[in-house]
Amino acid sequence: MTKKVVITSKNVDFLKKVIELSAQPITRCDQCGVCSGSCPMVNEMDITPSQLMRMVQLGQEEVLGSKAMWLCASCYTCTVRCPRGLDVSKVAEALRQITLRKAIDYIDIKKIPKGEIKKLPQIALVGAFRKFTG
Amino acid sequence: MRIGVYICHCTGNISEVIDIKELVSFSEKQPDVVLTRDYTTMCSEVGQKMLIDDIKEHNLDRVVISACSPQFQGPTFMRTVEEAGLSPYVVEMANIREQCAWPHFDFPEEATQKAKDLINMALAKARFDEPLEKIMMPIGKRVLVIGGGIAGIQASLDLGDAGFDVYLVEKEPSIGGKMKQLSRTFPTEDCASCILSPKMADVSINPNINLLTYSEVKKIEGYLGNFEVTVEKKPTYVDPKRCTCCGKCVDVCPVVVPNEYDEGLTTRKAIYLPNPIAVPHSYVLDDEACLGLVPLACGKCQEVCEPGAINFDQYPEEIKFKVDTIIVATGYDIFDASQKAVYGFGRYENVITALDLERMIVYAAQGKPLKNLGKRISFIQCVGSRDEQVGNENCSRVCCMYATKLASLLKHSNPERDIYVFYTDLRAYGKGFEEYYKRAQNIGVKFIRGRVAEVIEDSRTKKLTLKVEDTLTRQIIESEFDTVVLSVGLRPNKGTEKIADMLKLARSSDGFLQEAHPKFRPVDTLTDGVFLAGTVQGPKDIPDTVAQGSAAASRAIKLMNQGEYSLAPIMAFVHKDLCKPSECATPCIESCPLGAISVNEVAKINEALCKGCGSCIASCPKDALDLHVYTNAQLLAEVEAVMKDKKKGETRFIIFADDMTGYRLADNVGTAKMAYSLNSRIIRVPSCARITPKLMLQSLAYGADGILFGESEEKSSPYPHVIKAINKNVSEIKNVLKQHGLEEERIRFVQFVTVMLGGFVNYVNNLSDFIKKAGPIPDEKRKKLL
Repeated sequence: MTKKVVITSKNVDFLKKVIELSAQPITRCDQCGVCSGSCPMVNEMDITPSQLMRMVQLGQEEVLGSKAMWLCASCYTCTVRCPRGLDVSKVAEALRQITLRKAIDYIDIKKIPKGEIKKLPQIALVGAFRKFTG
Repeated sequence: MRIGVYICHCTGNISEVIDIKELVSFSEKQPDVVLTRDYTTMCSEVGQKMLIDDIKEHNLDRVVISACSPQFQGPTFMRTVEEAGLSPYVVEMANIREQCAWPHFDFPEEATQKAKDLINMALAKARFDEPLEKIMMPIGKRVLVIGGGIAGIQASLDLGDAGFDVYLVEKEPSIGGKMKQLSRTFPTEDCASCILSPKMADVSINPNINLLTYSEVKKIEGYLGNFEVTVEKKPTYVDPKRCTCCGKCVDVCPVVVPNEYDEGLTTRKAIYLPNPIAVPHSYVLDDEACLGLVPLACGKCQEVCEPGAINFDQYPEEIKFKVDTIIVATGYDIFDASQKAVYGFGRYENVITALDLERMIVYAAQGKPLKNLGKRISFIQCVGSRDEQVGNENCSRVCCMYATKLASLLKHSNPERDIYVFYTDLRAYGKGFEEYYKRAQNIGVKFIRGRVAEVIEDSRTKKLTLKVEDTLTRQIIESEFDTVVLSVGLRPNKGTEKIADMLKLARSSDGFLQEAHPKFRPVDTLTDGVFLAGTVQGPKDIPDTVAQGSAAASRAIKLMNQGEYSLAPIMAFVHKDLCKPSECATPCIESCPLGAISVNEVAKINEALCKGCGSCIASCPKDALDLHVYTNAQLLAEVEAVMKDKKKGETRFIIFADDMTGYRLADNVGTAKMAYSLNSRIIRVPSCARITPKLMLQSLAYGADGILFGESEEKSSPYPHVIKAINKNVSEIKNVLKQHGLEEERIRFVQFVTVMLGGFVNYVNNLSDFIKKAGPIPDEKRKKLL
């Protein structure tokens, strides 16, 4: 089903915020797709890196719900290949920051049985608090 | 003296910011002003007619126009006063648009005050204006065309047919440039060499064209109307008059080397015909590949040459001649695809450039295919163009269409082929291009929007896998192809750099040579008498290149056709009463790198050589040297005028801006409405070397708290020698300031390029901040400076 999107001037605020956090002139992305073709994780992503850039350009906040930014390994292959000199990894990091700063925990540590906490690796626990990418 | 002052509204551009009424009443009160008018557009026909009528009716002998930059409408008003019977050099402009209304639009009151200063400055200069006339110089009808590609060929033919003497210099053994390598041309698909060869033949039979192939320009000295050119002609060891092109020499030659004409895809012998349509049509012996000429190691070719055309006793020949104008048509090189390592050119045998494919298509059409291209072929666009990773931001303009053409030709010759073009944006901007693109789609060429990320070769099958996102469906394509064609971009020809340095031609940010004006002087350069044609100025297709070749020829003809051209009288002159060569070591002679000064009883200036930079003036210990249009008296009066109403405690500084870059840059900043410090006053000079140490001290003594010199960069300056002179003058004055206990940072020297708008603002504001912090120079110190 085709999705209908309404673009309002409110969207610009989100774009501005990402530009500020990433220090990347995101509006300069000309959607050539080199980042997506280069990305080692792209097959696991729900949206491609270039699509992620596009959604940020249009200020679509729902980009924050995508898995792509969490799957970015910050390998910088896209960055060294981008013909417009953009650092896509930094944009992904900015989106992660925006989400993390909301400080929403997806699991309540008190509700996890003590026995399980001992078994679970710490890193998985920390990841599960706020990323919860599933 | 009767001065008329005109204040232009520039249809609101000025009047919306500046209080015109105040300027009028201010001007009316100034001495020598007999008439003040304001008008909505002074440059309009009505405005100009008003000016002419006023000059006659009110007997004006000086005119001050407060309007836009003299760089903009200055020439218009010079022509107008000339029409009214006055010298064109008695009109001065107060630049109240680019320097007041535009940059300071946020501060209308201050901008109006600054405008008064500028009017005062123009009045001060006008009082000392000399009624000079243009100087007429003789000019001949000889042209040097550098580069024998299609641009140079077109320019040479136009000039030759119009009766001008052309020297066409080409570094390769045959003319024809890159076009002779192409298969067919877009969008008409006619055979490139078929349409090119008649033009090449025309060059060889045109009696007015002196064709120098296998030759390189070694040196160019002089100026418009008097360029001295030195060309080195390499020996071909074959007499073209005797050579019958029988080809027997080729059969016996034992040396095999890659053939440049086929991009190294085929081989040739050490003695060879450069290409089938070569002009001059003669064999050439490549002495670097030949087994050895001194001492003769082989000599087989000479043995079989029946007409005796081969002569091993040839040496490089130096040819010297004079020309009046020069057309630079040195063309392009293709981007070196091996720089883009992810595509594997040079490592993977099935990755080729588009120019390789052009040659392959030509051979395939002759039934002698060079390579099996396979069924699945893909094109990668924008290789070396629009890519900051390789430092080339520009679009090469022709690749979209040549890829469409090559894809169509491949499809025509075998409709079974599956052909894909991976593009970022498909630019079909020219006449018939969009239709051609549609035809390619019609015959089944597939265009996919996405820049290819990488190419991977299967080391066993040699097939190539592309990884790319189809950005329209957001799917990642990983598919195998038999051949990958790289649509390489256009880069400036390596040979261009040397020529540009010889002729002092500026380069734009993409590395191609810069035209004098992007809209109205597209084939002129800022070096008088030097023109550009073809891809040397930027990537373009064949019709545009041919159009530029003709345009450059017609610009050169315009200059030479009258037999004389006019020169601005901005030249050094000698105050004979002050010049005492017996009392000095005549340092003026050495100060001029153009050799325009000679000394007998008094110093003498050669007007044909003097370019009017003014750098000699500082060298004279007796102040006997001076410069027309920018005399000592005028500059001093200008300084005095802009400092006249400076209040106590206020800081103010002068920017001496050279005509070529500094002043233009300030105009550009104004046009961009970028604000800069209001306490600066810009004075236009031919070059900052014109400002002698004495004038600097006088400026400070008259009220300036600092000086900024804005000069062209050495490589783009019409007077590259002045940088040294300015540095010398500036350091001299800094020492004087130090002796007087003043900060040497008050004097600053910057080399500008016309595009660094932000840089200009920063430099001006930095100096302003510094001076505001350091405070105005105390009055007692000022007096001591003189």
